[in-house]
Amino acid sequence: MKIHVTLARLARKTRASPKEDEGVATGMVGAPACGDVMKLQIKVGKGGVIEDAKFKTYGCGSAIASSSLVTEWVKGKTVEQALDIKNTQIAEELALPPVKIHCSILAEDAIKAAVADYKKKHVDQAAG
Amino acid sequence: MLKLPIYLDYSATTPVDPRVADKMIPYLVEKFGNPASRSHAFGWETEAAVEEAREEVAKLVNADAKEIVWTSGATESNNLALKGAAQFYAGKGKHLVTVKTEHKAVLDTCRDLERLGFEVTYLDVQDNGLIDLEAFKAVLRPDTIVVSVMMVNNEIGVIQPIAEIGEICRAKGIIFHVDAAQATGKVVIDLATLKVDLMSFSAHKTYGPKGIGALYVRRKPRVRLTAQMHGGGHERGFRSGTLATHQIVGMGEAFRLARLEMGAENERIRMLRDRLYKGLSDIDEVYVNGDMEQRVPHNLNISFAYVEGESLLMAVKDLAVSSGSACTSASLEPSYVLRALGREDELAHSSIRFTLGRFTTEEEVDYAVKLLHEKISRLRELSPLWEMVQEGVDLSTVQWAAH
Amino acid sequence: MFAPVYLDHNATTAADPAVVEAMLPFLTGLCGNASSRHEYGRAARRAIDEARSKVAAAVGAHASEVVFTSGGSEANNLLIKGAAACLKPGLLAVSAIEHPCVIRPAEQLRKRGWALHKLAVDAAGRVDAADYQALIGERPRIVSVMLANNETGVVQDITSLAAQARAVGAWFHSDAVQAVGKIPVDFRQLNAAGVNALSLSAHKIGGPKGAAALVLDKRLDIEPIIAGGGHERGLRSGTENVAAIVGFGVACELAAARLAEVAPRLLALRERLEGGLFSLGATLFGQAAERLPNTLYFAFPDLDGETLVGHLDRAGYAVASGSACSSANPEPSHVLRAMGVETELARGAVRVSLGAANSAAEVDSFLATLRATALSLQRLTAMAV
Repeated sequence: MKIHVTLARLARKTRASPKEDEGVATGMVGAPACGDVMKLQIKVGKGGVIEDAKFKTYGCGSAIASSSLVTEWVKGKTVEQALDIKNTQIAEELALPPVKIHCSILAEDAIKAAVADYKKKHVDQAAG
Repeated sequence: MLKLPIYLDYSATTPVDPRVADKMIPYLVEKFGNPASRSHAFGWETEAAVEEAREEVAKLVNADAKEIVWTSGATESNNLALKGAAQFYAGKGKHLVTVKTEHKAVLDTCRDLERLGFEVTYLDVQDNGLIDLEAFKAVLRPDTIVVSVMMVNNEIGVIQPIAEIGEICRAKGIIFHVDAAQATGKVVIDLATLKVDLMSFSAHKTYGPKGIGALYVRRKPRVRLTAQMHGGGHERGFRSGTLATHQIVGMGEAFRLARLEMGAENERIRMLRDRLYKGLSDIDEVYVNGDMEQRVPHNLNISFAYVEGESLLMAVKDLAVSSGSACTSASLEPSYVLRALGREDELAHSSIRFTLGRFTTEEEVDYAVKLLHEKISRLRELSPLWEMVQEGVDLSTVQWAAH
Repeated sequence: MFAPVYLDHNATTAADPAVVEAMLPFLTGLCGNASSRHEYGRAARRAIDEARSKVAAAVGAHASEVVFTSGGSEANNLLIKGAAACLKPGLLAVSAIEHPCVIRPAEQLRKRGWALHKLAVDAAGRVDAADYQALIGERPRIVSVMLANNETGVVQDITSLAAQARAVGAWFHSDAVQAVGKIPVDFRQLNAAGVNALSLSAHKIGGPKGAAALVLDKRLDIEPIIAGGGHERGLRSGTENVAAIVGFGVACELAAARLAEVAPRLLALRERLEGGLFSLGATLFGQAAERLPNTLYFAFPDLDGETLVGHLDRAGYAVASGSACSSANPEPSHVLRAMGVETELARGAVRVSLGAANSAAEVDSFLATLRATALSLQRLTAMAV
């Protein structure tokens, strides 16, 4: 049987942390055809502070480095603060060459996707 | 102690054999005359050396020395063969046939010929990289003047059925060119029996120096070419330009050594290649590109699923390997050769070409196997795709976010 | 047994020991393919880049203007055919005394609809001013005139010729293969005057055979003549000849550094030789023109050049009877013919081209041998008549 899934659903389905955790949200961006897929998971605690973050990345060294960097950067930030992380900061920190700028953009997108997932769940929970 | 990175890229270029270098160096210093200088001993001495080297190149492929024309390398040989034959025989027809997996030196030359008004058919290969002879016959036309098929593919090492193609071409009076840059010293080439009209050779793929190659031009039946490099009329007018004696001497010695040693050497290399293959085949989701039987013993081209190419090359930087042929590996495009096999259309595979050679050791192969086991497993641990696959997701059914 | 004296440096030169030393690591060990991305490939690429800078510096060019080829012939073919391929067919001009690797490609272009004007030269071997004026009036698209002639050593007034060509919008190329290392060659200066491309060669200046370059003004579009892989900015495909390119770089560096010291020394030797030849009654070609300091082209009116050169070789002196490339050709030199030299005299032509290693003693002994050889040959000739 083939499983038909969208990326967002898939992101929730395939979790890096073994334990189902209420505060865990996942963002997955990219596509294998483009050469990069990033999955970012954040664990959000009280007051919307990101307590932990993990990544899995299929991609070049710069993509792996970009996703690794954002897991460091988002920790201790609130989800709103995390959204302020811009790809230019990532690119600058890693001194990415122009051809690798898309890796930093993807990392920024991964944060946005994870936060969106968190908010969606939050709303879902509030509604439920 | 291993010297890192381990060189497993013998199809990109080979080291110059020390015995070859020893023969070359005197021709840079004391025996430096211009072989075209007919008026003094400096010239005669180098001319004799050039002719001796020509004999050696001819002997490796069982040809006559008079059929060997020096060039600056296989790229120039391919250009001269294809443009030279197409232009000379243009009165007979305008159609050429080649294969999608040929080297760029052939494909780009064919593109040039298309701009000059020729028509070229680029033949598909089967998923094992080999030509289907029936499909080949089907594309031949009454106005087909030249067919160009490489003997050994540079990326996947498969050996094309040159003898059969030669018979078909000869029967139809079509000039048959073979790029044998990757074949010398690896495959027995007997031009007395093969119905090949033009054959390109390179020294630096067979433990000779860079910057020298040759084109075999058959005399019986005689093949004519329009010269592409004009000037002093060197090489019986086929190719003008001062002959680089030291390089020619190097190519002659390299081909002599190949003739004497290829039998034993290829068996040793085959054992090493098989050791490498066996060592890698217990990694999950790996597969070989190209036919494993009709293949030179030096080559192993393997795809690793769910591992991204650039990160893989970075992870194995202790191995000097190639992800495509050297001429195109500067770009990150997937290899057109693997694409022609239908492999690169699948999602998320990375391929490595391992090419072994004269100086490869068992220790080096074992190191490579161990390193790849470690790195592939680490990259897969990091890969969200691998994780999905492990969880039973069919990646082709996923709607990926636009990026 | 004594070592023969080499006096044929315009045909080719021995590689300088420093050149060989620089080449060895790339000839003997593992030298990667410069297109490979691994360390062996990158090391080869770095070596090529460094050599490119050295070649450029020696002729006052920018590294990005240097396109490596397999030889001077290829550089000339590339420029003539490559530039023509990017232009609408029109008028192409080359001097009548160009090397065959300029003349033959130019002749080939006739098949592509180009008209060819072979520029006349005067009795001294310089491009004829009136003929050049006439050419400029016909608005050529490409003009190629060598900086210095391989046979006579005559140096052309390239700056002035190029300026006139530029005034009518023509691309101007100069084969500088024989000039480098013997006279100053500055591409920036020449380029400012209107020269768009120069051909250089390693083996004429103490470098190895198998490496050369086309120095190319980027405004000049050219098509490659060798396709496949897109090396050298797409202008010349084929795996780079790393060792020879490295040797070329060092040879250029040495040639430029030594020019100020070597040129006057060569000139003094040539003048010494000239003095001796006069006293022997030889006719000197191109004497009225500015010439390379190392080249001397002469004939004895009643002696066959081939014969004389053969005797000199047996006596231990390597000289040429014409340019090496056409030595197999019994026809008298096309250069001398263009200069209006009578066929009989042209058949007597002998070229001596000196190198930095030649000494005054060698010149003197050569003159003594030449005198003896010429006298005995003249006696034989006289007996035959």
